[in-house]
Amino acid sequence: MTALIKFEQVSKAFGKLTVVDLLDLEIAKGEFLSLLGPSGSGKTTILMMLAGFEAPSSGAIRLQDKRINHLPAHLRNMGVVFQNYALFPHMTVAENVAFPLLMRGTPKAEIALRVGRALDMVKLTQLKDRKPSQLSGGQQQRVALTRALVFEPTVMLMDEPLGALDKQLREHMQLELRELHRHLGLTIVFVTHDQGEALTMSDRIAVFNAGKIEQLASPDEIYDRPRTRFVAEFIGETNLLSGILRGRDGDLARFELTGGASIIIMQPQAMEASGHALVSLRPERVRLSQSPAAANAIPVTVQDTVYQGDHLRVKVFGEGVELVSKVDRKSAIWPVGAAAFASFEPAECTAISQ
Amino acid sequence: MKAMTLKRATSVFGAATLALSIVAGSAAARDLTIVSWGGNYQEAQKKIYFEPFSQKTGKPVLDESWDGGIGVIAAKVKAGTPNWDVVQVETEELELGCMDGFYETIDWDKVGGKDKFLDAAVHECGVGAIVWSTALSYDADRLKEAPTSWNDFWDTTKFPGKRGFRRGPKYSLEFALMADGVKPTDVYGVLRTPEGVDRAFKKLGDIKADIVWWEAGAQPLQLLASGEVAMTTAYNGRISGINKTEGKNFKIVWPGSIYAIDSWVILKGSPNTDAAMDFIAFASQPENQSQLPEHIAYGLPQKDAAALVPAEQAAELPTAEANLAEAVALDGAFWVDNIEELTSRFNAWLAE
Amino acid sequence: MHGYFAVRSALRARLGAIALVAPLMCFVLFFFFWPLATMMQAAVTDGTVRGVLPETAAALSDWDGESGPTAAMQAALIADLRAPAQQMDFGDAVRRLNSEISGFRSLMSRTATAVRGAPEGSTLTLVGIDQRWGDPKYWQAIRRAMPLYTDRNLLAAVDLTRDARGHIAQAEGGASANRQILTRTFVISAAVTLLCAAIGLPYAMIIAASGGWVRTLLLIAVLLPLWTSLLVRTAAWFILLQNEGIINDTLIALGLTDAPVQLIFNRTGVVIAMTHVLLPFMVLPIYSGLLAIPNNLLPAAASLGATRLQAFRHVLLPLAFPSLMSGCLLVFMVALGYYITPALVGGAEEQMISSVIAFFATGTANWGMAGALGFILLAVTTLLYFVYGRLSRSPTMMIN
Repeated sequence: MTALIKFEQVSKAFGKLTVVDLLDLEIAKGEFLSLLGPSGSGKTTILMMLAGFEAPSSGAIRLQDKRINHLPAHLRNMGVVFQNYALFPHMTVAENVAFPLLMRGTPKAEIALRVGRALDMVKLTQLKDRKPSQLSGGQQQRVALTRALVFEPTVMLMDEPLGALDKQLREHMQLELRELHRHLGLTIVFVTHDQGEALTMSDRIAVFNAGKIEQLASPDEIYDRPRTRFVAEFIGETNLLSGILRGRDGDLARFELTGGASIIIMQPQAMEASGHALVSLRPERVRLSQSPAAANAIPVTVQDTVYQGDHLRVKVFGEGVELVSKVDRKSAIWPVGAAAFASFEPAECTAISQ
Repeated sequence: MKAMTLKRATSVFGAATLALSIVAGSAAARDLTIVSWGGNYQEAQKKIYFEPFSQKTGKPVLDESWDGGIGVIAAKVKAGTPNWDVVQVETEELELGCMDGFYETIDWDKVGGKDKFLDAAVHECGVGAIVWSTALSYDADRLKEAPTSWNDFWDTTKFPGKRGFRRGPKYSLEFALMADGVKPTDVYGVLRTPEGVDRAFKKLGDIKADIVWWEAGAQPLQLLASGEVAMTTAYNGRISGINKTEGKNFKIVWPGSIYAIDSWVILKGSPNTDAAMDFIAFASQPENQSQLPEHIAYGLPQKDAAALVPAEQAAELPTAEANLAEAVALDGAFWVDNIEELTSRFNAWLAE
Repeated sequence: MHGYFAVRSALRARLGAIALVAPLMCFVLFFFFWPLATMMQAAVTDGTVRGVLPETAAALSDWDGESGPTAAMQAALIADLRAPAQQMDFGDAVRRLNSEISGFRSLMSRTATAVRGAPEGSTLTLVGIDQRWGDPKYWQAIRRAMPLYTDRNLLAAVDLTRDARGHIAQAEGGASANRQILTRTFVISAAVTLLCAAIGLPYAMIIAASGGWVRTLLLIAVLLPLWTSLLVRTAAWFILLQNEGIINDTLIALGLTDAPVQLIFNRTGVVIAMTHVLLPFMVLPIYSGLLAIPNNLLPAAASLGATRLQAFRHVLLPLAFPSLMSGCLLVFMVALGYYITPALVGGAEEQMISSVIAFFATGTANWGMAGALGFILLAVTTLLYFVYGRLSRSPTMMIN
């Protein structure tokens, strides 16, 4: 894949506050890239710089190798979907969708045709004469999306577009968006603070913290192999076990937990030997059983059990280690005080340098 | 029933004013309230009339200022109990209000007898307070040659520059006729004929483009001081006043000036008629009235008071013999009859 | 039983609500509608003359209206003048007659004095007192003043009159210029409104876009004229605009002009001064209107391909339009009532209708004319208000 958009050492500061710090990022054509991070991590600023509403303080942003740092927004041909949709309240649905075509001087007849087709596609034809205020949140969302799509933008920029919808609608829209992405081969840059949303839709996720990328990878890699403590904690729930890396044997290594027990982990290359480190272990990878069931098995006592609908969340303690395990409700019942083994495979442990 | 309708129709404004005064709580017995023209003139009056009178009677005296208009008087009187007692009015307000019964009748014995006053200052409803003039004025520091008549005022080639005029037909028409060669004594005779009015408007039209119209008495001074106009009509008291206070060298051309008398009147229905009458008598006493020219150059209608004024002050007054010689007395009766029609026509003429 | 109590408590609640708004209603009725109604009434009521001259009224009903006065008419007028009348009512009647024919006032006062001074029972002829009484036009004037209601003030307010036959006709040329002055009032107000809009819209946009102390400073700057007294303000304009004023001195010093440009005592001066004073009435509504516009609409427009100008034209302007319109309406209506500023910094061509109203109301106590002119102004303003209502509610501008 060739890079459609490149950020080269881009920084952005507002006064003394540096919001984006020496960012390097490449976005491929046809890619669905999510910028994920807590608020204030700089992800929205990056989007604003890309859209042309802000200029970088230093560095270069390139679109198809052309430097676009100061190219005015209206010449960038990027479709932007805003958090609150930013629909024009004085225009009807059809007028809103026609707006970008009108600005481009598209002939009247063609505008009508394309608007009609676009509204058809998102099933909004019946509402075309309504004002935005007469639409539901989901409908407004679809209008905003259609408006940003109708002029066939080079890239779609979305700033938390689903944040204002309720949970069910949000999940529905997530699927719809992904479908659209696949169907039209769009390049999408998607800003969100919702990790679930990012995991569901993205080809790649860039996790941001304090103006820097913590990790840029595919969703499963982000989830299964978080490279930093921040990523591990921000994406999903995890058990973080601290300890010291001891011996190494090929892909495997011995990791001595702070409480004294030792476990075997995989792929510790990135880490220096005998260094302090963390191991991230997803709760759903920890199995509870009467006897050891994997390469690593720690004898524990059940401390707490919480019913969560599709699974049980069991907190256990043993050998100085506290672990959370998500277990299938059908497997067994773990009353508080019961003795068990918490088992997990070396491949399910990800070491993180501290 | 019919009478009620009529009464209501005529007194609506009065009733509205009454309503306001009730709300303002001013209907109760109140101190003697005297109303005059404001500015440094009223300051002088305060010093020589209001305060000494208050000291003499031991009762407070309130003073307010107004800008004239019989409508104001009418509204006050028709309200039933006016909240003003003594008012200083111009000639037409005296005539109109007296005819309409807005004023109390003057007790001339109390004031000292009619023979003590200039004839023009004696009226059934009012006692003359000052004699003042509207005259051609100019800044002698700016004009190399001194204008001497309304003819010069109209001559914009010899005296280039704008001209100041009080907005309205009063004075403007008289001065125009004099500039057109009418003798001062014949001005109102000519103006009483339709041809005379036409003639006056026509003459006024000759310099229409050069006229700057003023309304408030302080404006012509400003116009002269800034050089905005080369000459203007102005009130004589203001001219000598600014010469004194700001060291200006403004001059007055007395021939062709128009003098008028302002009078004290007592509003009908005033709860303080006796005190009001006493005040007018006090302000008419020679030893009090003769102090006025020291503050402001207005002539005195009380003959004994006029006699007490020092010679160098007296020469500046409209009542000085030299200044009166070719001056015209404002004809109140003419303006009472014609002000409305001529103002409409004046407005129309302005708009042409 | 239950229903009865429900009705009673609902009634009590309703009464309570009425009691709460009652003071406001009373205030509005008493201080707003009542004066307005009385003013309107003054414009159309007549009949003061009938009240003072009842016998003359009766005698005039038999008159053919063209020949000389009959003996009966003369006798009736003498009898009316002899009868004791309220002096103030008499004054009102005389004022009314004088507005028909200038000079009627002195005619009436001379006649009244002669009639009342003559010994009881002596024979008097009006023509003997003043020969003008032989002229039918004075009697026609009295007859015209007899009806209880009249449209003469309303007609006169727009330079119309009734001719001898009672048809509506143009007033004599050069006698009155109310229509012209009204038109001028609207023209000046419109010019001031346009100028205020032209300055106020960008100014409000700048305020809305700025923040912190800059915003405060800009707001204070525009509000300042409201906190300054009229005379101080006018004096300031005078210093600035006069021939030897700051602006002209600067222009001459810069060599842009040889002779001073006339900036004061003409329409330029009036429009500048009124715009200065009325600008807050434009800026504040637009400013608050702009604040209500979501701040991501302009970036959205830009991202959709709109240039700054297009975004302004298609997004900001339509959204700011209702507040712009209310600003315009406010400025226009306030401007209509101005007369001191035009009088002080304007020339002969800038007199506005309010000064004519003031002349009639305070200058000559002709409340009929004042009321009629006020009514015309009110009528036109109301009409404009409805036009505004339509404009600001037009479908493309609607914001739900």
